[in-house]
Amino acid sequence: MLAAALAAAVSLTACAPDAQPHSRTATAAGDVTLTVFAAASLKDAFTELGATFEATHPGVDVRFSFAGSADLAAQITEGAPADVFASANERQMDAVGEAVREPQLLASNTLTIAVPSDNPAGVGGLMDLENAAVRLVICAPEVPCGAATAALADAQGVTFHPVSEESNVTDVLGKVASGEADAGIVYVTDIARATDVDGVAIEGAESAVNRYPIGALATSEHAELADAFVALVLADAGQAVLASYGFGAP
Amino acid sequence: MSQSASVQRRAPRAPAAPTPLWVRVLAGVAAALVLLPLLGVVLRVEWNGFLERVTSEQAVTAMGLSLRTAAIATVLCLALGAPLGIVLHRMRWKGRSVARALVLAPLVLPPVVGGLALLYAFGRRGLIGGPLDSAGLTIAFSTVAVVLAQTFVAMPFTVLAVESALAARGERLEVIAGTLGAKASTTLWRVTLPSLKTALATGAVLAFARSLGEFGATLTFAGSLQGVTRTAPLEIYLAREGDPQTAVALGLVLLVIAVTVVVVAFRPLGRPR
Repeated sequence: MLAAALAAAVSLTACAPDAQPHSRTATAAGDVTLTVFAAASLKDAFTELGATFEATHPGVDVRFSFAGSADLAAQITEGAPADVFASANERQMDAVGEAVREPQLLASNTLTIAVPSDNPAGVGGLMDLENAAVRLVICAPEVPCGAATAALADAQGVTFHPVSEESNVTDVLGKVASGEADAGIVYVTDIARATDVDGVAIEGAESAVNRYPIGALATSEHAELADAFVALVLADAGQAVLASYGFGAP
Repeated sequence: MSQSASVQRRAPRAPAAPTPLWVRVLAGVAAALVLLPLLGVVLRVEWNGFLERVTSEQAVTAMGLSLRTAAIATVLCLALGAPLGIVLHRMRWKGRSVARALVLAPLVLPPVVGGLALLYAFGRRGLIGGPLDSAGLTIAFSTVAVVLAQTFVAMPFTVLAVESALAARGERLEVIAGTLGAKASTTLWRVTLPSLKTALATGAVLAFARSLGEFGATLTFAGSLQGVTRTAPLEIYLAREGDPQTAVALGLVLLVIAVTVVVVAFRPLGRPR
């Protein structure tokens, strides 16, 4: 009787859309919830990988929390019950320190130019972005995409005059898609998921590469499952899925 | 005015009305809900290096921009929101409640939606922004956009304050002034506005505080560039990426400013009358 009530309570919690992700959801049926904290840019690829993982691990429910890597790192530092953490850069993985066991690189991402589909400023390459008349939006140097943008500008010897430095790549993309900006610098993988936005390739983009580390949390109550998920992402099958969304090899 | 104030000051305090215990318990819960997170911020501040963090060039620029834009937005909220409150109160048609709900919409709108709405109106491809852009006037990515976003989210406070004050006191005096031959403008300046001083002050304080904390609409609509559109909340958001301690320190400064403004501005209102 008590077990039934408990199971009902747990399934209710699991249904609530705003329920805190938690890993202690062993119900009477033996189901387990694996909580994965992943960078927002991994959303599409990881959602697909999560379904694959659930298919090969009956009774396991993979729940994702997609957000900015810094947000996720802060939540983990404050004790959020995650089992796996995948960050969009190595800095935020370093920030959580010992909380993650042996992080490994899962993918890389390079930069590209995003323009509104009608490309009003006629941007054809990186050099066009030096023109102050082109309203350029980039990420602030404090965040991963901005650090990569600064590295790219250094490597290619160009100087930008942005009208705005955003805190994340989604905001850059939004300002390009709405036509407020003539151009933005985003990740290659962002172009695939955006509407009303076209990509203009950057020659020498490989001079600024962003690497994504992943690892299981030391505090995970499902260490084996967490390791299995990390293994899936790093295996050929996982890498193929990541490549299909535009990610490069680590 | 100064005479009546001094009379108030000398008047003995009326004994407090009795409060049931359960109301006091609930009040304690409410206070804890507000104060515990604030306490959390204070306890997390690393005082070692605090001064360097809040006086860095970036921090000072952002804080200055915030204070300037919030002050302008507050003036706009008063200059535009008070007339809107008066007109709303005096409207005599069935659509009044709908009109009021629409005017107050920015209060319930998620900030990011507010930012999108501003984009669709004043953005480069927006209703008004489009023609303005063709004429060479661009609002997006400018300090004007910051003020516009703050005014948009904060104006409901002045509208609401003025409207509810008028509803509470009725407008008999205005009618009498009219029968005595006073022009509508004269009645407004000499009768209505002086009686609304408390409401205007309340509305202004709330509008300033809301403008100072405005984040989502600014981020979406105005962008984020040091000295131009990066206000203190945006600086805090960005600082958190690399140096969470700077974010906490700046947050505390913003909190102290907001609390000080409210305490100072509400002092004349807190007296028993």
